[in-house]
Amino acid sequence: MARFVIRRLLQSTIVLLGVTLVVFLLLQLVPGDPVRVALGTRFDPQTYEALRARAGLDQPLVVQYFDYLRRALTGDLGVSFRSGRPVTEIVLERLPATLSLAVTAVLFALLIALPLGILSAMRSGSFVDHAARVFSQFGVSVPDFWMGIMGILLFAGVLGWLPPSGYVALTEDPARWASHVALPAATVGLVTASILTRFIRSSMLEVLSEDYVRTAEAKGLRTRVVVLRHVLRNALIPVVTVVAVQLASLLGGVIVIEVLFAWPGIGRLTFDAVQARDYPVLQGAVLLVAALFLLVNLLVDILYARLDPRITVK
Amino acid sequence: MSAPTAHRSEGQLRRALSALRHDPLALTGTAVLVLLVVVGVAGPWLAPAGINDVDVDRMLQPPSWAHPFGTDELGRDVLSRVMVAARVSLQVGAVSVGIALLAGVTLGLFAGYYRGWLDNLLMRCMDVLFAFPVLLLAVAIVAVLGPGLLTAMIAIGVVYTPIFARVTRAGVLSVREQVFVRAAVSIGASDLRIMRRHVLPNIAAPLIVQTSLSLAFAILSEAALSFLGLGVQPPAPAWGRMLYDGRGFVTDAWWLGVFPGAAIFLTVLAFNLVGDALRDVLDPRQLTVNEARRSTG
Amino acid sequence: MSDAAVLAVSDLTVTIGTRRGPARAVAGVDWSVRAGETLALVGESGSGKSMSVLAATGLAPRAARVTGSVRLLDADFTALPADRRRRMRGRHVGFVFQDPMTSLNPVLTVGRQVAEAGEEHLGLTRRASRARAVELLDLVGIPSAAQRVDAYPHQFSGGMRQRVVIAMALACEPDLLIADEPTTALDVTTQAQIVELVADLQRRLGTAVVWITHDLGVVAGIADTVAVMYAGRIVEQGPVDAVFGRPGHPYTSALLAARPDPGGGGGDLVTIAGAPPSPLALPAGCAFWPRCPVRSDARCEHELPPLVGVSPAHHVRTFYPQRTDGEGHEAS
Repeated sequence: MARFVIRRLLQSTIVLLGVTLVVFLLLQLVPGDPVRVALGTRFDPQTYEALRARAGLDQPLVVQYFDYLRRALTGDLGVSFRSGRPVTEIVLERLPATLSLAVTAVLFALLIALPLGILSAMRSGSFVDHAARVFSQFGVSVPDFWMGIMGILLFAGVLGWLPPSGYVALTEDPARWASHVALPAATVGLVTASILTRFIRSSMLEVLSEDYVRTAEAKGLRTRVVVLRHVLRNALIPVVTVVAVQLASLLGGVIVIEVLFAWPGIGRLTFDAVQARDYPVLQGAVLLVAALFLLVNLLVDILYARLDPRITVK
Repeated sequence: MSAPTAHRSEGQLRRALSALRHDPLALTGTAVLVLLVVVGVAGPWLAPAGINDVDVDRMLQPPSWAHPFGTDELGRDVLSRVMVAARVSLQVGAVSVGIALLAGVTLGLFAGYYRGWLDNLLMRCMDVLFAFPVLLLAVAIVAVLGPGLLTAMIAIGVVYTPIFARVTRAGVLSVREQVFVRAAVSIGASDLRIMRRHVLPNIAAPLIVQTSLSLAFAILSEAALSFLGLGVQPPAPAWGRMLYDGRGFVTDAWWLGVFPGAAIFLTVLAFNLVGDALRDVLDPRQLTVNEARRSTG
Repeated sequence: MSDAAVLAVSDLTVTIGTRRGPARAVAGVDWSVRAGETLALVGESGSGKSMSVLAATGLAPRAARVTGSVRLLDADFTALPADRRRRMRGRHVGFVFQDPMTSLNPVLTVGRQVAEAGEEHLGLTRRASRARAVELLDLVGIPSAAQRVDAYPHQFSGGMRQRVVIAMALACEPDLLIADEPTTALDVTTQAQIVELVADLQRRLGTAVVWITHDLGVVAGIADTVAVMYAGRIVEQGPVDAVFGRPGHPYTSALLAARPDPGGGGGDLVTIAGAPPSPLALPAGCAFWPRCPVRSDARCEHELPPLVGVSPAHHVRTFYPQRTDGEGHEAS
């Protein structure tokens, strides 16, 4: 187990190094002088020189990269071209909004996908099964921002039950947070639910055909015990991975939804940074999201090893 | 020696086609795609009105006989804009998946065929690309290259390259140990020839499936990029951009939200239906990598 | 008690709905087994021997339609509600399946898996059932059972896993043990040990055993009665000595001839030419006639041969009973 963790840790570190290189090179891909492009009409020689020096752009490329890496390791991701504030600070203050949206969406998705996936596998060919398939095909094909617009149209426009957009921090007013998070979380959650439903269904079907399930039935156990103790325990192990990967990609991938619902998270920050050509902030957001993604994947692999006794011994 | 390999890929193609003929869902998907291609090619001539015919007297009119999909905030005919935008979506989808296919298959072939340090290097690079959420990476690439049709295609192509590389490499690893490949090596055929004549035809099935499903995801990604203003630039119409522009009016003018989104949905659904049917026939055990990977737009 | 059958099936028929039409896996089968007795069901794979037992105990797949009557102990088993049938499984009938590598749940300890039947049927507490699991593992010959009880299946060898499965089957001291090719997946030495273990436990507990197998060597050693199945029907049935000593059906003779002789080394392995018919397209007459070395008139192809008695307990389904001693009489 310890060796497994160390090996995965090493792998993740190497990939993370690659990620920093890609993020670093992003700035080099900007046609022309990124600082000049960023400043645009607000150009003045003093700010320009200061920002260039701060970003280390007057150094050779290799030196720049190692400098970037060294500072990134100490949590220094540079300063915003726009506000001059530290990027780390800007990115971290957006994290709670994204986190609360992503977690709510995944919980909502599980609430739908678990019963639907399990039922459709256990009653394969039934009405529930067909409904589940239509639902999951719908979910992987529908653009989530369109569904979001339809949600606004219905719940904010026609019915007037929910605010069309905006954000209130959970710590500030939980009730108002809930009313604001409902639409974006349901939108993201439905798409996630359709992916999970499909996965849970096929995982369940695979386990249901296993010999040990027949053994459990031969013991005369109640259906509930067979399903809970024998089928689910095995079927949900791979599902844990997929849920975590979904959560990880939501942490950085909900740009469009955050823009649509004016949700001030990492996605919205990325969008604003792109609009403002604030490259250090863009780099910082991308780097943070990729690092989070890698971290979640690492934790999932370790969790997986703990859930499946067969891997632990290896 | 090439007879069995050639035969196999031909058989696969035939099986795939006959499967599509017998599956009502796949047939529907194919019909929608044919219609889309027609509209995509002939859109500008078929459209009832010019896409940029601004008419401030007819702003935000609900659907009527004159304007079946209504008019937008500048009085432009929504139906015409939806029809012309079909071309952009199909074009971006096809070109970006083409880029991903070409790059991914090449990388995957070399990695799987030569193994060793090259394999390690290439696949670690793919891991790095895999570490970014799909849309975030596409947005970042477009942001630095500057928004537009071409950069959107490149960005989406880059983002979907690792999937093709992985699928190809997995196929190559299993094919290269088979008798006919070893036989070809023993008679001294060149590496490139072996890859082209023997390896590639035998991994066509998973690639066909991956291509059709990736088209669906690429079109979704394009819609998301253009929603963020990073796709084709105005005044050229794009479905995603139409939704972005209309989002502020949507509670008063529902047709601005409904029709462009429905167009995206139907297109993606059609590609998915065809892709699923192909997978069922050609490659039933292929992991649903890209379902698990699809991060929200 | 020893006179009454523990399990008796009569006119059992199983039809499985498949995409290519209904497949008749079992057609009008009768057999029974008494306490302390061993019945061997013999046949090639696909002959319906496993399906008849699964159907009789309510474990047939959902697509299967089962008709006929099944008496388990004193109950009309097929007439019982599903929940009552479930409560008889595990309590009164124990099962041992073919492959010990796949019939144990990989994420539960063997102790939990042995214990759970006792919790379900005997109302044992978690602690009592655990102690019982240790006892059972010890009974089936697992060394240092008290420690091994918390191990996972993958930490056991194939033979040891099959012992665990047997312990599971015996958890509630059932009246009947169903062993579905329990030695097929094991190596020869282990096979012998498992056969010996089951025979020993049967002597000590007085359990009735239905042993499903295609290994005639095992049958000769442990069975009291034999039923030979072919394409869903019983073709020969009777006491093991009678069936093996004076086989009345050409198929039984062929099976016996095909048996590799463990003593003699170099003899050619006799095989039966041809393959059994598909259960989707069974011949109208005798299912064995395309492969039969004896067939000699048109009836074979068009008419189902009756089951005839060649001696009071020995029945054969053929128009040409081989080497009968005494005149056969028609049996129903």
